[in-house]
Amino acid sequence: MARYDSLIDALGDTPLVGLPNLSPSWDGERPVRLWVKLEDRNPTGSIKDRAALYMIRAAEADGRLTHGCTILEPTSGNTGISLAMVAKLRGYGLVCVMPENTSIERRQLLEMFGARIISSPAAGGSNQAVATAKELAKQYPDWVMLYQYGNEANARAHYEGTGPELLRDLPSITHFVAGLGTTGTLMGTGRYLREKVPDIQIIAAEPRYGELVYGLRNIDEGFVPELYDDSVLTSRFSVTSYDALRRTRDLIEHEGIFAGVSTGAILHAALSVADRVAARDERADIAFVVADGGWKYLSTGAYSGSLQQAAERLEGQLWA
Amino acid sequence: MAIEVKIPTILRTYTSGAKAVDGKGDTLSALIDDLDGNFPGLKGRLITDDGGLHRFVNVYVNDEDVRFTGALDTALKDGDAVTILPAVAGG
Repeated sequence: MARYDSLIDALGDTPLVGLPNLSPSWDGERPVRLWVKLEDRNPTGSIKDRAALYMIRAAEADGRLTHGCTILEPTSGNTGISLAMVAKLRGYGLVCVMPENTSIERRQLLEMFGARIISSPAAGGSNQAVATAKELAKQYPDWVMLYQYGNEANARAHYEGTGPELLRDLPSITHFVAGLGTTGTLMGTGRYLREKVPDIQIIAAEPRYGELVYGLRNIDEGFVPELYDDSVLTSRFSVTSYDALRRTRDLIEHEGIFAGVSTGAILHAALSVADRVAARDERADIAFVVADGGWKYLSTGAYSGSLQQAAERLEGQLWA
Repeated sequence: MAIEVKIPTILRTYTSGAKAVDGKGDTLSALIDDLDGNFPGLKGRLITDDGGLHRFVNVYVNDEDVRFTGALDTALKDGDAVTILPAVAGG
């Protein structure tokens, strides 16, 4: 049945598709297979729809959010777009604090959904957006900050959604790979899968940006999301813009999947793990997520020219 | 035995502005001691008083986070690439 009462009801239950061409071995006695969960098939085109809906429902349930309220959120884009859609349908205002070095498509989408954007300086990246949002929350106490980095409903969306869907569709799963931002996807999905498949490997891929984004004045200004618990993970990879772009193009070239840059980073980590398993002559079913499609990154030049040129253009941009 | 270590902007005051420096050591711990000999004070920014990695410092050997490969005991070999980065927000 693919009929829903509203757009929000169509959220989740995304397809899991195999990658027969990129997998080290698809058939045989000990196959090492890659599977991808197409989270770009969610209502606004990203995995963040799950967290946005759960965080809003939780705030409604505990009475913090009532009709006409304004939601405040620091976001590099996708969470903001998801919140903007849900907020529009439920009658809330939305103020997003977003680093200025994010793609123009994200800004246009937010404006289209009626969100107000407050820009934070490029130097300092998302750290600065978080700090600015916390300041605003003090100035405007009637605004409701959902705060995706510390909101348990963000991880719960994946504990109750992404995780069970994956296990249902791939009972033989051995590895799960996802991007590390708020850490909600990895914490929620990881905890669920570990309970059901105790020896599962949970692998994080985090973006390694250009230097501008790490423009802290002091190490003590660093940031680790409150949701993060490193005991859920078994390994964590840092992926350069170049490698992320290379893999994004591999996905199109070999599997016909047009994904965003962060998905390239996730594939890069998944392939590192797949190669190690194949070298040990073991079997594996490695699942990872397409966090969003490539549409919102076209203006960054990620998909045109040589890889080197594209990576240089992406320098200083927030792509996850 | 040379291991290239990438230094983040915020710690380049210790390396006279160098973006990458060479060091040596069989483990990450030994490498950091070696670096501290050439760039005094660097160790104090990476390691806390109780001997662990600073909460807001991430160290990667060949792009893999050392907290999942043995932390300061992570084994190193010639040609490995070590990257030091401050922890920042994503999402």
